[in-house]
Amino acid sequence: MELTELTITQAHKGLKNKEFTSVDLTKAYLGKIKKSDLNTFISVTEDLALQQAEQADKKIASGNFDELTGVPCAIKDAIMVEGQKCTAGSKILENYLAPYDATVIKKMKEKGVVILGKTNLDEFAMGGSGENSAYGVTKNPHDKTRVAGGSSSGSAAAVADNLACYSLGSDTGGSIRLPASFCGVVGLKPTYGAVSRYGLIPFGSSLDQIGPMTKNVEDAKIVFKSICGKDPADATSINYNFEEASENIKSLKIGIPKEYFTKGLDKNVEKIVKSVIKKVENAGAEIVEINLPSTEFALACYYIIAPSEASANLARFDGIKYGLSEEGRDLLDVYQKSRGHGFGAEVKRRIMIGSYALSSGYYDAYYKKAQEVRQLIKQDFAKAFEKVDLIFCPVSPVPAVKIGERTQDPLSMYLMDVYTVSVNLVGLPGLSLPVGRVGDLPVGLQIIGNHFQENRILSVGLWIEKN
Amino acid sequence: MISIDEVQHIAKLARLELGKEEVEKMQKDMSAILDYFNLLKKAPKPKALLEKKGNTSSLREDETKQRSASTAEKIIASFPDKKDGYIKVKNIF
Repeated sequence: MELTELTITQAHKGLKNKEFTSVDLTKAYLGKIKKSDLNTFISVTEDLALQQAEQADKKIASGNFDELTGVPCAIKDAIMVEGQKCTAGSKILENYLAPYDATVIKKMKEKGVVILGKTNLDEFAMGGSGENSAYGVTKNPHDKTRVAGGSSSGSAAAVADNLACYSLGSDTGGSIRLPASFCGVVGLKPTYGAVSRYGLIPFGSSLDQIGPMTKNVEDAKIVFKSICGKDPADATSINYNFEEASENIKSLKIGIPKEYFTKGLDKNVEKIVKSVIKKVENAGAEIVEINLPSTEFALACYYIIAPSEASANLARFDGIKYGLSEEGRDLLDVYQKSRGHGFGAEVKRRIMIGSYALSSGYYDAYYKKAQEVRQLIKQDFAKAFEKVDLIFCPVSPVPAVKIGERTQDPLSMYLMDVYTVSVNLVGLPGLSLPVGRVGDLPVGLQIIGNHFQENRILSVGLWIEKN
Repeated sequence: MISIDEVQHIAKLARLELGKEEVEKMQKDMSAILDYFNLLKKAPKPKALLEKKGNTSSLREDETKQRSASTAEKIIASFPDKKDGYIKVKNIF
């Protein structure tokens, strides 16, 4: 087995037993990254990685180290690593150097991780295919004519193609789960508030969460445990005590939302997801059909709320404080030109939609209405979790699409998010777990749990992975 | 269908300079997306507001925190235009 194929647990064991050093591991990944043509990384932080690897080796020699020490990872380029470029996939931040570490990075550095580089993403994490990146599309490692999924495109492709042992992504409407599903890796979108958002370039602040993307469920748990918890710098973060769970499949009630298995769902994806449900049923779990009656409104609700929050969040990019700054006649002209030239088409579209939904005369019909519908969706899930322990459904209605297939029609692109956005609107945790393939293309099962029940999701995910 | 004038008005509010072709494409895309949003008219009013669960955010004291001088230097270094450690902007009046 090559060094780059190891999971976190395996790499940790090898480091502990002195079979190889962190520098060996890091050099193996850096070598592979240089040869890769998937456009996975926006920047490779080679000097930082080698320096961290040397420090990790010292830490390991001292005996005081843990599972992540010396294990190389990749970070979505919307999460700040001090002194390194942080572009958010946008030309407007092409030369921006992060002035401080995101809280998740600070926590990981304390453990002695190795950061290989910053991964490609849809501009400001807005997209489901990775095609909105100002730095070019990330190719799917299983079929280079297809997208890796978005917005955490590079983070998913890097793990799938052994260019990093694991990675961090962020998820606002499916941005961890969708690319994890398309690339065949494990992706966990934690409960809103479980992980600090400090140092994540914001998109939709009531929806964003940082989470792990890994080769298996055990690794996702290791990374999640290392990054979760209260952070004074993020008022929405909470004290999180992760308790190990060992679910007995026989006593589990699994909800299957009727509304998720309808028109638009690829037959092959449906077959794979249903076969996993059957397997769990055969093992003794009770399968319960549930209703999420507001499902038909979820996408419209999300595509009002997320762009509204984005239009406010992205107001900070004005050509004055950082990033691209264009010459102008007066201050207004500087703003308009810097933003007009710095942002790409999809980001502009979302700022426009958000500004429209929040503007005088339209606020009630769009933003306020969407907030009401968000309540309905919350109520749907609250009712469902009175009856069931976990919900199983697809991550995406289709496997990875061809590059260029949906770029001309924004709405058709948005439809790929139909099974993922509700989880963010409600703030629930969701896991994407690879469970099969259509031809070469991986298919993910989505396991949704109630708030702060990552432990149950991971426990059942582990069981499915083993069986 | 949203009008060209409306698109230009929103673009101004959002401080976005859009070229002629961009305005036309935006009119088409926004119209399709806003049409799709009409779906929400069908949605019932929620009966009661749910209690907040899963988000137990709280306010902290509004106090200043010491940060290292190097952080400040890094932030200042990224100002596109500066003088003596201050941001320089165009005349406002």
